[in-house]
Amino acid sequence: MSITIPADLNVAHSDEHHEHHDTSGNTLFGFWLYLMTDCILFASVFATYAVLYMNTDGGVSGKDIFELDFVLIETAALLVSSITYGLALIFAKRHNKAATLAWLLVTFALGCVFIGMEVYEFHHLIEHGNGPQRSAFLSSFFALVGMHGLHVTAGLIWMVIMMVEVAKTGLGPRSITRLSCLSLFWHFLDIVWICVFTVVYLLGAL
Amino acid sequence: MSAHLDSHKADDLAASIKSYLMGFALSVILTAIPFWAVMTHHFEKTTTLSLVLVMAIVQIVVHLKYFLHLDFSKEGKINTFSFLFTALIIVMVVGLSVWIILEANALMM
Repeated sequence: MSITIPADLNVAHSDEHHEHHDTSGNTLFGFWLYLMTDCILFASVFATYAVLYMNTDGGVSGKDIFELDFVLIETAALLVSSITYGLALIFAKRHNKAATLAWLLVTFALGCVFIGMEVYEFHHLIEHGNGPQRSAFLSSFFALVGMHGLHVTAGLIWMVIMMVEVAKTGLGPRSITRLSCLSLFWHFLDIVWICVFTVVYLLGAL
Repeated sequence: MSAHLDSHKADDLAASIKSYLMGFALSVILTAIPFWAVMTHHFEKTTTLSLVLVMAIVQIVVHLKYFLHLDFSKEGKINTFSFLFTALIIVMVVGLSVWIILEANALMM
């Protein structure tokens, strides 16, 4: 374990030895620990949802409002964005600036599709009187899915900043470390989404 | 030396892309099966429930392995163990909350 080696050095080192993908360096390990705490945050909101989903107060339940084909497209957008981000990072580590920027742009577009669809779904629900204030089920639904959506939005803002940085300063060790952190964040959000579509949408529509 | 390094890098590039594509292909299958099962009502409710849960867990493992590159190598071990510890906390937080509330509901009936 290279605990004492500064992150930048370590990235250059591992790149040279082509052994590690994105788990080396203090920065990455620290960011990974942050993600683990984020996991626990999501777990508490999942627990809240699991406790409250039956309390519909005579209003709609999951079965009435979830449209699985819609969710399937959202899922596909996020899943494809995971692999396009992976490609962006692979090219970044090979110092191929054009390919990195292109794949980051594709990832960003897919992320926007996902967020756009989610905003549309929320708007649709609120318009029909099924806003978060309607029942405990809807409050916990909006809290859980909305929190994931906010994370994805934060990831998209981060991605824009990284695209500007890479375009302006190229792919130095520092940028690669940052791109690797964003990679962990983005893949992590995809894992959270697996839990969301399974627990909320699939089990809700069952 | 440089040529050797380049060819090595090309191999590495192909291997990295292959690993991502492999993970992606598995994820597509593991997403498609539960959606198909729920949307077509092909199985009984309890079968679908267990199928959906198993597929989700397998898909999470696939993502951890192919996209987040968790492994038990010397450098990657600490990340894997911190994840496993978090997973334990999550199981306790979610599992025990659900257990307590369901029992409370049952007692209120």
